[in-house]
Amino acid sequence: MITVKHLYKSFNSHEVLNNINCTIHDGEVVVIIGPSGSGKSTLLRCLNLLETPTQGSIIIDGQDIMTRKINIDQVREKMGMVFQQFNLFPHKTVIQNICHAPIRVRKMKKYDAEQQGLELLRKVGLRDKKDAYPITLSGGQQQRIAIARALAMQPNAMLFDEPTSALDPEMVSEVLNVIKDLAKEGMTMVIVTHEMGFAKEVGDRVIFMDGGQIVEENTPDAMFNHPQHARTQNFLSKILH
Amino acid sequence: MNFSFLGSYYTFFLQGAYVTVLLAIISVIAGTILGVLLTLMRRSKIQAVRWISIAYVEFIRGTPLLAQVYLVYVGLPMLTQLNIPDFATGAIALTIHASAYISETMRSGIEAVPYGQAEAARSLGMNSRRTMLDIILPQAFKNILPALGNQFIGNIKDSSLVSVIGISELMYETTTVRGTTALGLEPIIVCSLIYLVLTLTLTRLLTFVERRLKSSDHR
Ligand SMILES: Nc1ncnc2c1ncn2[C@@H]1O[C@H](COP(=O)(O)OP(=O)(O)O)[C@@H](O)[C@H]1O
Ligand SMILES: [Mg+2]
Repeated sequence: MITVKHLYKSFNSHEVLNNINCTIHDGEVVVIIGPSGSGKSTLLRCLNLLETPTQGSIIIDGQDIMTRKINIDQVREKMGMVFQQFNLFPHKTVIQNICHAPIRVRKMKKYDAEQQGLELLRKVGLRDKKDAYPITLSGGQQQRIAIARALAMQPNAMLFDEPTSALDPEMVSEVLNVIKDLAKEGMTMVIVTHEMGFAKEVGDRVIFMDGGQIVEENTPDAMFNHPQHARTQNFLSKILH
Repeated sequence: MNFSFLGSYYTFFLQGAYVTVLLAIISVIAGTILGVLLTLMRRSKIQAVRWISIAYVEFIRGTPLLAQVYLVYVGLPMLTQLNIPDFATGAIALTIHASAYISETMRSGIEAVPYGQAEAARSLGMNSRRTMLDIILPQAFKNILPALGNQFIGNIKDSSLVSVIGISELMYETTTVRGTTALGLEPIIVCSLIYLVLTLTLTRLLTFVERRLKSSDHR
C-alpha cells in the first residue's frame, strides 16, 4: 500500500504539486488523468523519488521513504517504472536490457535471470527478439521490452508515465494489452494516460489532477459519466471529443 | 639535396618512429583512464574533489606542453624521490597532458547521453556508481571515440617535444642524424614525411572505423 500525505513539490519557486493526498491499495489500478503540466509526471516521479518532494510524506508498506535512513535504491527496486520515451539501453541487446539489473542489483544468477527474461519476453510477445538491439525495434516493441525490463525486478508496484504517448496509433493497443494482462494478474499500478477507453477498462479508480492538485477522485464510471467538478467536466469534454 | 645518408641511417628513423608511436599509444590509453577519473571527480558530490579536477584541467590546458615536460622531468623525481627512467618520464608527461583534454571530451560525451538513460537505470534500483559505469560511460565512450582517435593523432605530434629530455623518439633521432651527418635540412624533411605518413594513415583509418561504427550503430 502506498500512502501519500500532504505532498508538495516546487521547482525553485514554481509550485508543481500542491498538497497531494492519496492512497494506492495493493492490487489496485489507479489511473491519473489531467491536462498537460498539471503535475502528473512529477507525482509519479516523486513516488519512486526520481524527484525529491519539497514537503510531505510517502509511506510504502508502513515505511516512510522520505526519512533519511531509507535506502532509495531498494525502494526503487520494488517499484517498476515505464517511461513515455521507453529509455531502453541502446548498447545492450533486449535480453541484456532485461537481465542487467536483476543480475547486478538483485544478484540473480545469470542463468536464472535469463530464464526469467525469456519468460517475460514470451509474456510480452517478443521472445524472438531476445538478441535484437533496441534500435531495430518499433516503438511498440521497445515499450513492451521496457515493461518486461521493469517486471524483471519483480516489483510490488508499477508506475506508467504516458506509456503510449510516443507511439504511432497502430502500436498503442499492443502495449495497452500487456498492461491489461498485468492488471488481470493483480499488479498494483499507477498509470498516467490520455487513453480514456483504456482508463475505463482497467482502472479501479481514476484521479483527475489540475494545477498540481487532485481535483476529483472516483470510479471510472462515475468520473467519466458524472464528473462533479467544472474543471473535470471541461477537461473531459475536450479530451473525449 | 642529398639523401644518400638514408642508406646507413634509416634504422634511426624507424627506431624513432617506433618509440613515437609507442609513446602516443601509451599516453592515449593512460590519458583516457586518467581523463575518465578526472571527469568523475568533476561530477563528485564533494566540492574539494571537484576543485582539484577543475584546477588540474585548467592548469594543463593553460600552460605549454614543453613546460609540463620539464616540470615532470625535474619535479617528479624530487617529489617521489625515485629514479624514473626517461621513457617513463616522457610517457607520464604526455599522459598528464592528454588526460586534461580527454576529460573535457569525456564530459561532453557524458552530457550527450540522454537523461532518460540514467533515470531508467536508477528506477531499476541501480545506484549512481553502477549507473555511471554500466549505462552512461559505455555510451559516452562511443560518443567520443572519434575525438579519442584525433587525440591519438595529436599525441603523435605532441610526443616530438619530449625529445628535449633525451627520449629517443623520432625527433630526437632526427637530431642525432643531423649531428652526425652534418646535414641541416634533409633529415628534417625525412622526419616530417614520416610524421605525415603516420598521421595521414591514422586519419584514414579513423574515418573508416567511424563509418563502420555508424553503419553498425545500435541506436
Ligand atoms: N525538472 C523540472 N524543472 C523545472 N520545472 C519542471 C521540471 N519538471 C517539471 N516541471 C514543471 O512542472 C510542471 C508539471 O510538470 P509535469 O509533472 O511534467 O506535468 P504533466 O506530466 O502533468 O504534464 C510543468 O509546469 C513543468 O514545466
Ligand atoms: Mg507528463
